[in-house]
Amino acid sequence: MSLTIPITVDFSGGLEMLFSNKRRHSLSIPALFTEEKDGKGEGEGEGEEEDKGKPVTIAFLVDYLCKNFMKDPRSDLFVLDGHIRPGILVLINEADWELEGEETYEIQAGDNILFVSTLHGG
Amino acid sequence: MQNRNNNTIYQNGGTSSFSPSNGINNNSNPLSRSLTDEEFDRYSRQMIVPGMGKEGQLRLLTSRVLIIGAGGLGCPAAQYIAGAGIGTIGIVDGDVVEPSNLHRQVGHATSRIGTPKVTSLITHLSALNPLPTYIPHPCHITPDNAADLIAPYDLVLDCTDNPATRYLISDVCVLLRKPLVSAASVQKSGQLVVLNCPATPQGEGLPEGGKYNAAPCYRCCFKQPPPAAAALSCGEAGIMGPVVGLMGVAQAGEAVKILASGLHAIPSSDGATGQEEPGRERNLRQPTLLIYSYDLDAAVGPYAFRALKMAGRKKSCFACGEGSRARLTLGGIKKGEPDYVQFCSAPTARVTLPVEERITAAAYHEARERGEIAEHVLIDTREREHFSFGSIDGAVNVPFGKLLMAAAVASREGASGNGNGNGFVEKILPEEVRGKMVDGGEDLPIYVVCRRGLDSQEAVEKLRGLGMDNGGRRKILDIMGGMKAWKEEVDPSFPFI
Ligand SMILES: [Zn+2]
Repeated sequence: MSLTIPITVDFSGGLEMLFSNKRRHSLSIPALFTEEKDGKGEGEGEGEEEDKGKPVTIAFLVDYLCKNFMKDPRSDLFVLDGHIRPGILVLINEADWELEGEETYEIQAGDNILFVSTLHGG
Repeated sequence: MQNRNNNTIYQNGGTSSFSPSNGINNNSNPLSRSLTDEEFDRYSRQMIVPGMGKEGQLRLLTSRVLIIGAGGLGCPAAQYIAGAGIGTIGIVDGDVVEPSNLHRQVGHATSRIGTPKVTSLITHLSALNPLPTYIPHPCHITPDNAADLIAPYDLVLDCTDNPATRYLISDVCVLLRKPLVSAASVQKSGQLVVLNCPATPQGEGLPEGGKYNAAPCYRCCFKQPPPAAAALSCGEAGIMGPVVGLMGVAQAGEAVKILASGLHAIPSSDGATGQEEPGRERNLRQPTLLIYSYDLDAAVGPYAFRALKMAGRKKSCFACGEGSRARLTLGGIKKGEPDYVQFCSAPTARVTLPVEERITAAAYHEARERGEIAEHVLIDTREREHFSFGSIDGAVNVPFGKLLMAAAVASREGASGNGNGNGFVEKILPEEVRGKMVDGGEDLPIYVVCRRGLDSQEAVEKLRGLGMDNGGRRKILDIMGGMKAWKEEVDPSFPFI
């Protein structure tokens, strides 16, 4: 199954450096994903799954970005312990992700997801 | 009534922090006086702007603003705060003016290098507008003095440069109920947000049924600081003057409108100004975070400015949320609780090499002079821009990020050729040094230098991890303290930036 949804992902505040120095990425991401049941097979959609997968969430997207687009080995500048690292704001369609359910937000076609590193200099 | 023209330190220093002291709710004398001829001439062009008027100007004239930080944000902010005629302007900074400040800190002057920033900036502001009362606070803001510094003012501009201070200022502003205009900038990015405006008492106005009832504080928006290693400073990462300048000017713009329109006055039943008009979006309870991204190689583009809608005061906020009165108090802050420095220096896995894998800059220089390390490879891991200003003779530039990247790729793909550590040479080191590392040069020592001596240690560890030390036959050493130490110990004329 290769249903995909188009989204744009933006990086700001220096995070773009980790993603080929590009601020805006237009992507097609899988519309559904299946959770790895036993951490054994790394490939997606291996074997038979009972359900057809779940809608993709921000948590999935973060992992997806790391696996497919992170061009810098300093991934700890983006994720820590499997979550967005402290000091990064996530905005879903220009609004604080808290307004949308944070990591559990189900991504819709056409969404814009922005990751901003908060700044402290002056 | 306050006399603004005699430069006396004004009287309100010890007012109770919980009585709004902004002059707005006090509709007796200060706002009904007439303007002097001098004031009229000076402020006429902003008073005729629709929405300002004489009343707006009088509010500015009776307002007190504290600018914390007299740097790249504080200088431009202060110019417009002073120009607009804010009555009392306090400035906090413990540093002195340095030459490297002047490309962006435009309130200072070449002739004032070495003098305290607060007096330098006040000299500049007084020349621009002698009417306001300027109050110098030539010190750094600390948990001990923060409440005393902030209490006498109506509004605070956070123009500081580090996370610990930013959390401290926000916490004290929550406790003293001061609106906070916060901005930050590094390298080619800037951010701006108005917080705590109007300032609702700690723990009140919590969200209900998905609706926000109070404005957020800094912690509501930025719950946790970044790991120390990820928090870039302007000194380390650089800063473009117009970028930080724009953010500072925008801070002044927000402060002026808040004070002139009384946006910080909490709507109350007795008909005070600043009441939320129905249908009018003031963007206070859910403020907008303005983000500016600047490109050196492109004209201003459609995404140069972004306006992001933030959430309001959060139930879970440490400083202003549920139960916050029990954990955050002025007395506690003074006694060191919470510990801001520790909060902002989350452990980062920095490498510390044992002494035998390190050499001081002076010892390296001497050994070279004496010919004890004739042939070797010297890797400089600073950014290309830093390297371009000067380097140690014979050094080759492999920027730290590139080196890490190459090391990650190399360790994934394995060594090329004969399979020993030298198989990595061509994957990591630049072409110009590869030649001398073959045909007898397989065990040439490698020295690594960086800017201040941290990245180089990590680089040494990475190269060893790949086996490039050839089982110990090749020495890989870190030059302690980086090019900073080189300048201090070996070559005082070295252009360290
Ligand atoms: Zn808060």
